[in-house]
Amino acid sequence: MADLAARVLEPVVDFGRIARLWMRATMAYPASFWMLAVSSPLTTGLDFVALVIIFGNVDDLGGFSLTEIGFLYGATGVGIGVADLVVGRVGNLGELVRTGRLDTMMTKPVPLLVQVCADGFALRRLARVLQSGAVLAWAATYVDWSPARVATTGAMLVSGSLIFAALFVGMSCLQFWTTDTAEVANGFTYGGNTATQYPLTVFPVEVVKALTFVLPIAFVNWYPALYVLGRDDPFGLPSWLQHASPLAAVVCLGACALAWRSGVRHYTSTGS
Amino acid sequence: MRLYVAVARGSFRRYATYLGATVAGTFANTVFGLVLCFVYTAVWRANPEAGGYDVADALTYVWIGQGLIMVVAIWGGGSPDDLAARIRSGDVAIDFYRPVSILAWYLAADLGRAAYHLLSRGVVPFVLGALLFDLHRPSPSGAALFLLALPLAVVVSFALRLLAALSAFWLLDDTGPRSLLGFVALFFSGLTLPLVLFPDGLRHVALVLPWQSFVQLPADLFLSKRTGLDAVAGFGLAAAWAAVLLLACAAVLRRAERRVVVQGG
Repeated sequence: MADLAARVLEPVVDFGRIARLWMRATMAYPASFWMLAVSSPLTTGLDFVALVIIFGNVDDLGGFSLTEIGFLYGATGVGIGVADLVVGRVGNLGELVRTGRLDTMMTKPVPLLVQVCADGFALRRLARVLQSGAVLAWAATYVDWSPARVATTGAMLVSGSLIFAALFVGMSCLQFWTTDTAEVANGFTYGGNTATQYPLTVFPVEVVKALTFVLPIAFVNWYPALYVLGRDDPFGLPSWLQHASPLAAVVCLGACALAWRSGVRHYTSTGS
Repeated sequence: MRLYVAVARGSFRRYATYLGATVAGTFANTVFGLVLCFVYTAVWRANPEAGGYDVADALTYVWIGQGLIMVVAIWGGGSPDDLAARIRSGDVAIDFYRPVSILAWYLAADLGRAAYHLLSRGVVPFVLGALLFDLHRPSPSGAALFLLALPLAVVVSFALRLLAALSAFWLLDDTGPRSLLGFVALFFSGLTLPLVLFPDGLRHVALVLPWQSFVQLPADLFLSKRTGLDAVAGFGLAAAWAAVLLLACAAVLRRAERRVVVQGG
């Protein structure tokens, strides 16, 4: 039992050590750090400012009000924010392959994924979590809460973070094969985040089905939010989907683990 | 002049080397374009005259915006990033004793980069968008004015990015100023949302800032929302900003030159 605990805890401790190292490094340039600390939440907040401005031009968007969309926006933002904070640096994998740093990492007694994710850790990525969390908290004041809805919200945030984390890592594995395709992953992760900032009713039903059954990004916020906001599924899809986010997260993590394993196994050093 | 053409051509070829990055980036731009098109379709269904655009104008705007992200380097990047790295490493000393203008050298390199990005990451998402959605067909004069506005947009953007990069002479690390600039550019270029949708006061401010020349002005020329004298005024404002900002770059460079200490070697 103690053995198992150590096996789970050790990578976390390692991650913390490397992360602290990088945080100290960024504090070497305090002026730059504080400018980043200001601009990061402002930049991630722009999407919400855009939504507010849109609502100056229209009364509803896809049949949803600003507070309801705020709930969707906040939930997906917290999800991608947490995932980005912890594993987002995996998007830099191609760079590590190209420069040969990945080879160095493979010789060190810390799990490779931990090293890759903690490399260049930047606390400013917390900005998106805080900013999205603030919008979510505001939107939550308009929700008619019940214990089941609180539980669903909690499961939604955890599952959302895990789904986005799986996407970050899984899509980055492509870079084991082609090192300069970091942006493909961005299309899925940040693209998925942007898509779920809006009610899915703005999309054709085929897109919604694809985001449910092919690339399960809709589980990040849409289905649980329908339950919390007390809305029927506008597309008439079964209501059990509204509680299936944890299941979607497990499936994503499984696929991601497979991708990472086959990527590492396939990897051959550039020799540089 | 021939030197700067060579610099621009070299920069063009440098970016053209990374075909995988181009394809991947185009994919990402197209995904965002698709999402925004569905969102804007819903917005203009709810208010068919929002911002004086119709739905075809709005969808065209989406693809112009996605196409121009890399051309105008709205998020940052391009040759000023190279300079910032050289300032940090000290290699900038070599730039200073070359018998050419640093400003013109880096501007030429950035124009070469922009030309490559226009032909790759500008054209491809736009063509894909035009195949998938009913877009506005530009008049010949609208299309011509649009193309004329692009170099101006790149120059304004270059000057702003260079100013951020030059801060490295004092701060060593330019990521802070760069990301502040990226935030302002993202919002006031009209990439986040067309400036025409902004509430009155904010819109009036946004339309005189330098960033409006990044997306809003080219798009309005393409859509023939700005014609005749209105178009001339748009060009005049952008050109004035370009001149002021380039002069500022030159002034900062002169001051920075005095800070450079070459430590032998």
